[in-house]
Amino acid sequence: MAAVRGWARPPPMRPARLVSSPQFRRGWWTWVAMRAGLAAGWLSRRLGLGAGVIIRGRVTLALCPSALSRLAAGRRVVLVSGTNGKTTTSHLLAAALRTAGPVAHNATGANMGDGAVAALAADPDAPVAVLEVDELHLAAVATAVDPAVVVLLNLSRDQLDRGSEVRAVAAALAGALSAHPDTVTVANADDPMVVWAATQSPRASTVWVSTGGRWNGDATSCPRCGTTLHGNGDRWRCRCGLARPAPHWVASEAAAVRDRHVIPVGLRLPGQFNLGNAVTAMAAAELMGVDPRRAAAAMSLLPDVAGRYAVVTYRERELRLLLAKNPAGWAEMLGVLDEARPLLVVVNAREADGRDTSWLWDVPFEEIAGRPVVAAGEHCADVGVRLTYAGVEHATVADPLAALALLPTGVVDVVANYTAFHQLRRRLTAAGGESTR
Amino acid sequence: MSAAPELVIGVLLPDLLGTYSDAGNAVVLAQRARWRGIDAGILCVTADTSPPAGCDLYLLGGGEDAAQLFAIEWLARHRTLRRALSERASTFAVCAGLQILGTTLTDVQGRCHGGLGLLDLTTAPRRRRAVGEVITRCVLPGVGLLTGFENHRGATTLGIGVRPLGQVLSGVGNGVPPASRRPAGRTWPVGPSSGGGIEGAVTDRVVATYLHGPVLARNPALADYLLSRVTGQGFPDPDPPEVPDLPGLRRGYLSPTPPRRARFRSHLKPW
Repeated sequence: MAAVRGWARPPPMRPARLVSSPQFRRGWWTWVAMRAGLAAGWLSRRLGLGAGVIIRGRVTLALCPSALSRLAAGRRVVLVSGTNGKTTTSHLLAAALRTAGPVAHNATGANMGDGAVAALAADPDAPVAVLEVDELHLAAVATAVDPAVVVLLNLSRDQLDRGSEVRAVAAALAGALSAHPDTVTVANADDPMVVWAATQSPRASTVWVSTGGRWNGDATSCPRCGTTLHGNGDRWRCRCGLARPAPHWVASEAAAVRDRHVIPVGLRLPGQFNLGNAVTAMAAAELMGVDPRRAAAAMSLLPDVAGRYAVVTYRERELRLLLAKNPAGWAEMLGVLDEARPLLVVVNAREADGRDTSWLWDVPFEEIAGRPVVAAGEHCADVGVRLTYAGVEHATVADPLAALALLPTGVVDVVANYTAFHQLRRRLTAAGGESTR
Repeated sequence: MSAAPELVIGVLLPDLLGTYSDAGNAVVLAQRARWRGIDAGILCVTADTSPPAGCDLYLLGGGEDAAQLFAIEWLARHRTLRRALSERASTFAVCAGLQILGTTLTDVQGRCHGGLGLLDLTTAPRRRRAVGEVITRCVLPGVGLLTGFENHRGATTLGIGVRPLGQVLSGVGNGVPPASRRPAGRTWPVGPSSGGGIEGAVTDRVVATYLHGPVLARNPALADYLLSRVTGQGFPDPDPPEVPDLPGLRRGYLSPTPPRRARFRSHLKPW
């Protein structure tokens, strides 16, 4: 391994002819590593092992550990991070920025260093990159790519077994932002954790967005001093002085308000939280030189986000596929569900989901009573017990496709957490489910 | 206003000690009481209110480090509540709740803080966070095996005034290593209840544990034990037919393979 690491250094001299090509400017070894990664990804797809995105990044990084900074060199990079809405916001932002030129983007949601490498290697010539980054990996990725803009959406508890407590995540993000004083931050003014993280660096320049989120269960105590915060949403302050900054952008009623200018935003994606994501993306797009109205027009065409919000027909049922993986995500999703519509809840507890299923008890499942409900997934029993105590009549079947048979035909809402969602999508595709949108 | 419920469950500081969804324990207790015809109500006592001292059962949940110190200060400040906890009411405490009821609590920086002193136990930080599934054999009569998820950095040493809640079958628990794994030649806290594969703490007023899940959702027998202790009624049927998914849930968690795998994987993680 040591020998391979030694090769990873680029040769000091390069022929002048090759310098003009961006691929060779990054060093021939990076190019070899990138090609090897692409080959591994192709092989993985051909063997049916997966989408091949992560293996592509991992092979490239194994051969050339500095691949991320080399592939990002010379590009303007936007990093999108936070607990919920990373994938959606990065898709919206990439759609907006594509109106101005090619954009490299980790569209599949592979949001650690390997996913970023794979995305940059797939579009080596794109001058702009939009990278969704896991909040625990933001510091490392930011060091490598030196981003022009960092988007911070929200911070709430998610996978407590894997990550750490919300305040510690916020502190790590604050450290990452302090290390890049020239980076502009687009941050959620309604989320005290985000505000605390974004205001740590004295030289920070921040564009504040009011997204109007529904969840504040993780920020009732002040992230700075630990006492109770007063107020929530668009009006909160602490006696230690931490308070909601005046927003530059506000998401309200199917529109973005920027300095009293109202820009209509017509999305095909449902919910207030997606409007918040879109307005955040518009703020970032403006910083990258794209007119907000043009950004809004491009974003309005997006039908679904890596399968989320997609509608799939399977055995006389029209499935609306939704992803929610923590209490904050569920709080937003409950506003999107139709009261009269049958509901399938699919929950796994693998490593990427978080092993602990306790979070189910912070979801107000009482609200879904009165419609046909089936609990499915590898942890369907946990969901079933939770539903019983919430007074929700339901059936419990581990296999989500078998569970569908218990629900009436017609339109069905399906809410799954991370690995359950991807597993279900793969199985629906394999079983001949048709995407109708 | 309608008549006060027969059984009032007070959830203390859910705004500060709600990180690990332990307020679900109150939902379980209230629902199980109602299924037995006991009119039960839940009272959420947040930090900006003055706490009522008349609840029958108080619950404390897990929380982050800063919130934990604030909670100690808050509980110490409200003397009538504190007196109720030590003299009259029953308390069920989880994780940070267990630690703050102890006599002392040392944080990661090495600073020692005084606890509420309701439980004769002290907590110091562990080198590595204990994260994963736990199975214990509960010492309380009729409760049997307990399943839960632990996620803490505390090594808790019990004094002579408390008994452990259970014997650890898999997982870490109170975090003082069992006798067989202790390095030779080093002295560890001695005494019958000073760690060694044990979990939680019990006195005649307090039941405390590190287990989340929420633990009462996964272990109905422990919920019924608490209810019968508070109401003075016996509940012979540990698994009433009202929760059809419970046997499957317990089978899943009490079968030996998944927790071990989870524990092994948690050691591989770099953070």
